[in-house]
Amino acid sequence: MSKPQVSAKPEWFVHDGEPPHLIGTQCEQSGTYHFPPEYTMSRAPGFADSALTEVQLSRTGTLWSYTNAGYQPPSPYVPVAEPFEPFAIAAVELAEEQMVVLGQVVEGVSADDLQVGMEMELVSAPLFEDDDAVHMVWKWKPVSSGATEGANA
Amino acid sequence: MSNARETEVAILGAGMTEWGKWGKPFVEYGVAAIREAIADAGIDYSDVQFVAGAATVRNGYPGYVAGATFAQAMGWTGVQISTSYAACASGTQAIASARAQILSGAVDVALVVGADTTPKGFLAPSKGERGDDPDWLRFRLLGATNPTYFGLYARRRMDLYGATPEDFAAVKVKNAQMGAMNPRARYKKAFTAEDVANSPVVADPLRLLEICATSDGGAALVLCSKEYAAKKGIANPVKVRGISTVTPTFPNQLIDMPNFATDSAAGVAHVGPSFKDSIAAAAYAEADMGPDDMDLAEVYDLSSALELDWIENIGLCKEGEAEKMLRDGDTALGGKIPVNPSGGLGAFGEAVPAQAIAQVCELTWQLRGQSGDRQVEGAKAGVTANQGLFGHGSSVVCVR
Repeated sequence: MSKPQVSAKPEWFVHDGEPPHLIGTQCEQSGTYHFPPEYTMSRAPGFADSALTEVQLSRTGTLWSYTNAGYQPPSPYVPVAEPFEPFAIAAVELAEEQMVVLGQVVEGVSADDLQVGMEMELVSAPLFEDDDAVHMVWKWKPVSSGATEGANA
Repeated sequence: MSNARETEVAILGAGMTEWGKWGKPFVEYGVAAIREAIADAGIDYSDVQFVAGAATVRNGYPGYVAGATFAQAMGWTGVQISTSYAACASGTQAIASARAQILSGAVDVALVVGADTTPKGFLAPSKGERGDDPDWLRFRLLGATNPTYFGLYARRRMDLYGATPEDFAAVKVKNAQMGAMNPRARYKKAFTAEDVANSPVVADPLRLLEICATSDGGAALVLCSKEYAAKKGIANPVKVRGISTVTPTFPNQLIDMPNFATDSAAGVAHVGPSFKDSIAAAAYAEADMGPDDMDLAEVYDLSSALELDWIENIGLCKEGEAEKMLRDGDTALGGKIPVNPSGGLGAFGEAVPAQAIAQVCELTWQLRGQSGDRQVEGAKAGVTANQGLFGHGSSVVCVR
């Protein structure tokens, strides 16, 4: 029996949305976005009394930069392969929000496949699995890639 | 600021252990550094009126209350204390705290100290389930270590400015050569480009020898009023002339440890210099000096590539031109402005709360002409630059 999928951080990421997306908040008066979502007060100076509205962040952007994890990160990273398999990490600039958001890159795409300026899209993909569930997280995927992870998105 | 001289404090003594990986209690390293700084200053510990400790978060409660921990270790004297924590910038905040006490006239003599004992491998966040701590979450959700961020900056330099892996290796080789001449450096081997190329990739494009290690070590300074220095017969001491502990201005557009995202510029445009450009700029402004007045710089080379960013951020050249300075030998010993003549983090590894203080120790010895084979000839002024995660700028300008 397959395990249920849950978001690894439901306050930030809706894994089963149509489509999956990050949750941000927008300062109504200034237009500034916040990710992770900020509910207390706008961080734009001078807009302390502005309302903050929950929004879905853009799911596509351009690659600002990228790297990889050549060694297994320490806890609380949860190992998913034995021995460790390097994975890529991307920083993607969202045009509408004018902000850069980090995320792992989908399985099967290495740093060698990436270049600053590439179009990237956000997908839902497994982060790790425990006894109860598959914990899903947002990952970045080159729009032109044939990678299969996150293909259900 | 036109009254820069009035805000100067003198550096009466500097002390610093050799950096290493011994696993001894961090207090031991701090005490060793204090004793050397006190002896160098020609004073007795009982003359110290204020102890500014830089905290460590990896050594339990004594680390959180570093000021008191060192005051107790030296034997309680009723001395007044402070403790600062600002990640890698902790040392500069401790220096700023001591300077404020001196300039206010509350005390004449202050001791600044930081020391650390570090675990092996990557620096990791605090334990437990910490779902509201971005530093914990970045490891859990992204697997993003500190080198992840260094890798992002390095890869962007390559794609934007044409930096090459050979450039990054050349920074390591340069700093290793200087570290080989520094008895306090942890790594005294003059690594070659081949050594770098043969080390494994940690965070593409950066290799193991290009990522600073975590080290044990301690550093201390005795600061005093210029009047006190004169009274001690020191006519021309090295002086702290500018300090910067700035934070970013909104919106900060460079992705910073340990964040998941930058600020958004969609609503409010960024005005003025970037955060990293503003760090040394604030210290220069306070010192009423500029990058052209500097004879050397100690910058935070957490990675080889990051040194190139810093060279631009502290105003030694324009954005995208650091590779040319490196290739022309401008930042090597004997070049236009030697960068990291101590050997930098590449030769030391990082002992977090000690590091910003250690940078100022190096300036002190360089400006006194006491740096032996790695001496920058005729150095009269120098700048340090550093950044602590969670938005801590750190820069100190020293003159003689």
